[in-house]
Amino acid sequence: MVIELSVLDLALAALLILALAGLSLRLGLGMEQRLLMSAARTTIQLLLIGLVLKLLFDNVHFLWVAAMAAVMITAAGREVMARQKRRFTGGWGFGLGTLSMFVSSFTVTVIALVAVIGTTPWYAPQYAIPLLGMVLGNTMNGIALGLDRLTQDAAARRSVLEARLALGQDWNETIADTRREAIRVGMIPIINAMAAAGIVSLPGMMTGQILAGTPPVEAVKYQILVMFLIAGGTGFGTVVAVSLGARRLFDDRQRLRLDRLRTRMD
Amino acid sequence: MSALSLRQLRTRHVGPLDVDIAAGECVCIRGASGSGKSLLLRAIADLDPHQGEAWLDARACSSMPGPLWRRQVALVMAEGQWWAETVGAHFADGCDPAWLDRLGLPAAALDWEVARCSTGERQRLALLRTLVRQPAALLLDEPTGNLDEDSTARVEALLGDYRREHDAALLWVSHEPGQAARVAQRRFVLEDGRLVEEGEIDRAAADGGEAAGADKAPGVEGAAW
Repeated sequence: MVIELSVLDLALAALLILALAGLSLRLGLGMEQRLLMSAARTTIQLLLIGLVLKLLFDNVHFLWVAAMAAVMITAAGREVMARQKRRFTGGWGFGLGTLSMFVSSFTVTVIALVAVIGTTPWYAPQYAIPLLGMVLGNTMNGIALGLDRLTQDAAARRSVLEARLALGQDWNETIADTRREAIRVGMIPIINAMAAAGIVSLPGMMTGQILAGTPPVEAVKYQILVMFLIAGGTGFGTVVAVSLGARRLFDDRQRLRLDRLRTRMD
Repeated sequence: MSALSLRQLRTRHVGPLDVDIAAGECVCIRGASGSGKSLLLRAIADLDPHQGEAWLDARACSSMPGPLWRRQVALVMAEGQWWAETVGAHFADGCDPAWLDRLGLPAAALDWEVARCSTGERQRLALLRTLVRQPAALLLDEPTGNLDEDSTARVEALLGDYRREHDAALLWVSHEPGQAARVAQRRFVLEDGRLVEEGEIDRAAADGGEAAGADKAPGVEGAAW
């Protein structure tokens, strides 16, 4: 059913990248090196993951799937941290995002595998890994956006927050507005994506299934499932991450502790 | 009826300090900018990590949750900050119109938009915002810094009455020598992280002849102001 792509086919598509690099050189955009590097990275990384997935599918074992999931979540945790302008110091910078993603993405994916799709075994990698990947990728975006908004906003509105504390408000009341806004910012992209799906954009997963020969309505059903999973994962993950982060901004005396944030040097 | 005591209080480059402010007493502090006056007030209000202890009568700051302490030992910052659109939203339980009137503000001031208030109006409203919560002790960071003479007199009078009626302890940071002489029973200079007393003035005199005499003999009024 699937028309296999040859190396020549991919090379033809790569001409697009080369042409773009040439244009960048001619216009003096200075983007050609980064463009070529990224294109090379995408090729190598995706080929590698293709090999890894092939290995994983051929040797279905819970530990292998778990190891793969652990690698994915660690990478996502690092990515969340890398996107913060102000990070929490110590283990919190990495731990906060990683923990929240673990709580939300893992739970949502496992529920989908066990209760909705019902694969045997439930960790069947052909379903588990792509699902986790899609949920994780979006949850990561939501958490990164939410946390960044939280810490930036707290730093910018420091005097207001301290004035509220000085009036005797507790940390929860003091940070409530900031926290609500940060959660909102983290959740908006997925809400927008759901609203635009099918009209403005054809989601990648569905497109992929259709290209692979799945009947459109089946592909659509899977896409709806995935959208809901992503929305759940992103929403709950953002709420957990931003709430924990908001608490971490205050110490046990309920003082605002912006010294627990470190501004990225770059 | 609450006295405020600091014991070995130390924050960044201020302290260690030992100070006792009696119930119903007002103590003024002055000092060059950057001497740490605001830092000191922030430490007493437990807004910054610090060493040492502050006591409100027999209750230690560390023995109660931060918000509870800050409701009783209230810091009024030099720059009032507002988070809601209208003034009234910052007064959860409203405000006695008599108090507004005493500071030269109409009762309708609660309906004002914060953004349209002048600096002076905001400063007076920020003070009221704290006073309506009836704190036992007040930490005042230049509470009349943006006010004209008339409003300054009104604020001084209201704070004086509040101090007497509630037997509140006041720690007042002021740059103006005349003000310190008017409102304070004792005056200190913050220098190199230490508080140096500036010669006592007759407490009774500053208190309108109503309060008891100071426990030390009235000293000569410091000329350094």
